[in-house]
Amino acid sequence: MEPIRIHKGLVYPLNRSNVDTDQIIPKQFLKRIERQGFGQFLFYDWRFDQEGNLHDDFSLNASKYEGTSILVAGENFGCGSSREHAPWALQDFGFKIVIAPSFADIFKNNCVKNGILAIELSEEQTQSLMKRGEKELFHLTINLESKTIEDSDGWQIPFHILDYTREMLLNGLDEIGITLLHEEKISQFELSYS
Amino acid sequence: MQTQKTIIEKIWDQHVVYREDGKPDLLYIDLHLVHEVTSPQAFEGLKQNGRKVRRPDRTFATMDHNIPTKNQHIIKDLISKKQIETLEQNCQEFNIPLADINHPDNGIVHVIGPELGLTHPGKTIVCGDSHTSTHGAFGALAFGIGTSEVEHVLATQTLWQAPPKTMNVKVIGKLGTGVSAKDLILAIIAKYGVRFGTGYVIEYTGEAILSLSMEERMTICNMSIEAGARAGLIAPDDTTFEYLRGRKYSPVGAAFDENVSKWRSLTTDQGASYDSTVEIDAAEVAPQVTWGTNPGMCIPVDGQIPEPEAAATTNEKTEIQRALDYMGLEAGQPITSVKIDHVFIGSCTNSRLSDLRKAASIIQGRKVSPSVQAIVVPGSKTVKLAAEQEGIDKIFIDAGFEWRDAGCSMCLAMNDDVVPAGERCASTSNRNFEGRQGTGSRTHLVSPEMAAAAAIEGHFVDIRHYSAVTMKA
Ligand code: SF4
Repeated sequence: MEPIRIHKGLVYPLNRSNVDTDQIIPKQFLKRIERQGFGQFLFYDWRFDQEGNLHDDFSLNASKYEGTSILVAGENFGCGSSREHAPWALQDFGFKIVIAPSFADIFKNNCVKNGILAIELSEEQTQSLMKRGEKELFHLTINLESKTIEDSDGWQIPFHILDYTREMLLNGLDEIGITLLHEEKISQFELSYS
Repeated sequence: MQTQKTIIEKIWDQHVVYREDGKPDLLYIDLHLVHEVTSPQAFEGLKQNGRKVRRPDRTFATMDHNIPTKNQHIIKDLISKKQIETLEQNCQEFNIPLADINHPDNGIVHVIGPELGLTHPGKTIVCGDSHTSTHGAFGALAFGIGTSEVEHVLATQTLWQAPPKTMNVKVIGKLGTGVSAKDLILAIIAKYGVRFGTGYVIEYTGEAILSLSMEERMTICNMSIEAGARAGLIAPDDTTFEYLRGRKYSPVGAAFDENVSKWRSLTTDQGASYDSTVEIDAAEVAPQVTWGTNPGMCIPVDGQIPEPEAAATTNEKTEIQRALDYMGLEAGQPITSVKIDHVFIGSCTNSRLSDLRKAASIIQGRKVSPSVQAIVVPGSKTVKLAAEQEGIDKIFIDAGFEWRDAGCSMCLAMNDDVVPAGERCASTSNRNFEGRQGTGSRTHLVSPEMAAAAAIEGHFVDIRHYSAVTMKA
């Protein structure tokens, strides 16, 4: 997993709440047995019509958002199915950071495992980024070391993240490898346990 | 020190392998259920790193999401076929028991776990599937995980998990005639919203919950995830123990009784406190129908589709309008005036024998409306067989339903069972998200009884009056 320390990128505002994982990646694309290549299916039913042509009225299709890597969305982002194909699709499309007032629990976990930073800001903070994104193109710098978000004009806010999650992301750690260091404890637990 | 604990904390504490300040707990997993869609990349990860499955004996696999419900052996979609075959190969290579398509135990993962007696009170149970919460009906701590976590459990039989917050959803009173467990859970989500459970494990308590059968309890716990909850559970009692007695993987003889006495201690201590409590009166719950694109967008069957103008915030207003547009509905329209094209009775929410019996009791001697295509997909091969032995299949077939083989089917439309764009389906499943049952499909979630009545009439009807008519006839 690729570590994240400081990331600068173009913001894409998606002003919708309760974006579920069926929207992030519809089920017909879950049949593959690989982890890669899901970006083309991201938000498929919003981006494409029945014939597979791009929808003009879905803003992510606009060329100005090409290369965007920071997604700002409404509350409860990633609700529904546990499919990890959702973060795989976001990542493969180019998103490294997702900002929302709240995330569904499983989705948030799935992000960490894939090196995507999911940041929870307040409703007001998220909405102000959203409004700004709808007015103009702008970049943000996300600094995981200092736990801050800033723009190029010197505006800056802190964000909260669990130390454990931060460590995992900063170092791009292999969690299974870490757990296996505790193997003896797991064996002991199994022995003492019926 | 707090000595009184909720059942949630009891189960949690019994499974902590390792705890360190500032870190999530390392939690032991008793049972890991596996299906074809969320596991291939996990097995691939194991292979790449030369890792083994630590406890194949605590792992159990089935295939359910992709499989056809007509001609089960002919999987036309080659990518689906590959996914099924990959699961077979992985189970063989890692020595994991698999209920494959030919196996009599095959079915939807959350139907077969309880049915086979794999699900027990007090267990920690995970699966790469959000509706794992279903198993909470037995007083187990059961939750869905992603594929990386599937890999982690395969390799270590543990997960790093932060302790959840605890919530009590207390259901006082009794459900009225014609009102089902499905209506109750939909009403709870409608009242408190699709994110009130985020970060919490819910314990359902109260008179109305205690009087539910195990299958009804599964319907309730199944949809905990639609409230955003990490899991939902119900403390085990005699109903639970009687259900489990004699199941294929249940303990036998004296060992069963020993387990029962252990399981009896799995209740929330008097005086234990929850982080949050909400209450609902079962007597006030009417049969429910969802009108929108998430399970919280739900109204009583005698209600009207909401007006965007009445919304509290602009965001909500936009959300309602978007949902109305997608669903092709008018604000203020009575839901009973909505005509439907399809009926799907199935899914891990409502495809067990009692669900099929209830639906059959509504359609007996009646005919499906000519404008409706209706299918029944039993949750497992065991359910299918039991229903056929009772003659339930005949009732459905005579009424004009298609009687299919077991699987997830039209719940998520990964196989051939798809609702075409713009068409409307009354469904006993759990998600009415945009495109869930097929691109552009419109889903209304209801109970099996409500779905059955809608199939006959071609539109939604209030089952409370409908049943009365049947009884008089
Ligand atoms: S029936 Fe539907 S919700 Fe249940 S496991 Fe299958 S796809 Fe998921």
